[in-house]
Amino acid sequence: MKDTSALYGTARASSLDIEGVTLRAGAVRVIRELSLTVAPGEVVALVGPNGSGKSTLLRSIYRVLRPDTGQVRVDGRDAWGLSAREHARTVAAVVQDAGIEGDLTVREVVAMGRTPYKRLLDGDTAEDETLLAQALSLVSASHLRDRPFTHLSGGERQRVLIARALTQQPALLVLDEPTNHLDIRHQLDILALLRRLPATALLALHDLNLAAVFCDRMYVLADGHIAAGGTPADVLTPAMISEVYGVASEVAVHPRTGAPQVTFLPAE
Amino acid sequence: MTRAASPSRLRPPFPLVLLLLTAVLLLSMTVALGVGAVRVPPSEVWGILSHRLGLPWPAEATWSRARETIIFDVRAPRVLLGAVCGAGLAAVGTAMQALVRNPLADPYLLGVSSGASFGAVLMIVLGTTLFETRASLPLSAFAGALLAMVLVYVTSQVGGGITSVRLVLAGVAVASVFTALTSFLLLTAERGNESREVLSWTLGGLGGVTWDTLWLPLSVLTVAASFLMLQARNLNLLLAGEEAATTMGLSVHTFRIWMFVLLSVVTGVLVAAAGPIGFVGLMAPHAVRVVVGSDHRRVIPAAILGGAGFLVLADVVARTINAPQEIPVGVLTALCGGPFFLWLMRRGARRAEKGAGR
Repeated sequence: MKDTSALYGTARASSLDIEGVTLRAGAVRVIRELSLTVAPGEVVALVGPNGSGKSTLLRSIYRVLRPDTGQVRVDGRDAWGLSAREHARTVAAVVQDAGIEGDLTVREVVAMGRTPYKRLLDGDTAEDETLLAQALSLVSASHLRDRPFTHLSGGERQRVLIARALTQQPALLVLDEPTNHLDIRHQLDILALLRRLPATALLALHDLNLAAVFCDRMYVLADGHIAAGGTPADVLTPAMISEVYGVASEVAVHPRTGAPQVTFLPAE
Repeated sequence: MTRAASPSRLRPPFPLVLLLLTAVLLLSMTVALGVGAVRVPPSEVWGILSHRLGLPWPAEATWSRARETIIFDVRAPRVLLGAVCGAGLAAVGTAMQALVRNPLADPYLLGVSSGASFGAVLMIVLGTTLFETRASLPLSAFAGALLAMVLVYVTSQVGGGITSVRLVLAGVAVASVFTALTSFLLLTAERGNESREVLSWTLGGLGGVTWDTLWLPLSVLTVAASFLMLQARNLNLLLAGEEAATTMGLSVHTFRIWMFVLLSVVTGVLVAAAGPIGFVGLMAPHAVRVVVGSDHRRVIPAAILGGAGFLVLADVVARTINAPQEIPVGVLTALCGGPFFLWLMRRGARRAEKGAGR
């Protein structure tokens, strides 16, 4: 069991309420009148085919895309009513395909996560160093501390970016495909870490079986609206998978994990 | 994937880097003060400066009044302006490269200096004289710089991001238009007797400066450099990309607007004082990043010292290489900067290829 005491000395978990949100990318309406809720401490997966609007929806939570209508509320407060700085102390995000320009070490990249807590003249403190070390250790990346970020492999980068999000000490973590580029061991490690953290987590995932094992609940997004929502056992049915993905499947309850497990069947 | 573990990044201690850069700057300033038609040895240079600043050393003046005038009233303002311009251009280049997330950004390359020149020349044609101490010249240069910066930024944006190709093309186009407009103004203006002087100023030069013209660039540099240092963390966030910067608490849009205004003020004031001097803003930040990395808390002070030293030395060469004729220092920096730019572009292309192969 890894130590989270410095990052989460007093456990923090936010609630998330998305209510009637409509989002557009350019002129196209990607999300229509969508509502969902995540209770404090829950780990919730957002699944759905490519282009169903998962990333777009997440953007409205981490304040990159402002909703046309509706509200995103974190702990009951409008996420778009706070300053970017205040918001960043509660909500941290791992966005997709984020690169780093220039020559920064892993330590320097992770230290960025402390920015929302810094005033103009503040330097890096001993407390910051403790947080950095703990965040890196949580994603099994302590040995990468002094490496140049650009020299890391895709999986190492992803773990470092998750460590950066953790140093924001978020009460809500929003992750867009956090297991992309990761080998299976690190996929399991990251998802197990999300379960262990006190923070609430909403993550876009492709792998239905991983979602079934690690998430309390899941929402299925199709064409900008929610096609199904609930516990993995409620949501993952052959009928739903056929309707949303157009794929035939069988679902069984796994004897060891107790979670539903999907086996996809080849097209006839 | 098997991959040899990359080595840890070893960097020299930052205070040592600053100390060395400061030493180089002071040394180049001493050389710059001593070199010219009348050669003055370094000890005498420092004696004169110390004496004029009212320090107790040396007890007695052992030099002629003429020498004191040459050092203190003729050369010192020029050397200081060189240092201020070098420092300012390096600071502007550093911030610009972060703001547009592109290593090829530089006030000269992106047409911002041309915009500033146009603003200044327009004001001259309208009746203000060159090296005017009033604020009208820097103000109109600032307006021109801001206009050019907005034009380049807006035209080079595609779907929220900026590509290198578009940025450089937009810069070239904007620079050409403003340069053409400036030439047009100079050729058609009735004040033909001033044209030659103004033309040589548009090539970028440090000549003709007095103590009176120095206070504005110096104070603008001081304020801007302090402000950039305070914003260093936010500039770092932009290295992570716009979306990631937003998630870490930066209002990217608002931040960019205010920074563009600030950078336009600095560019405008520097161009009004010394004309458009190219490539310092491109070279200084890149050169120091090789040593100190990309964290702006280190890049900004190092680039400021490095840029100042570089331009002071470049001006020494500009004054002496073809003496007694002077060549504009802008010609010299372009001679160094052009090849540097090409090298940077090739390096960028190689890195992009490697990235795609990953």
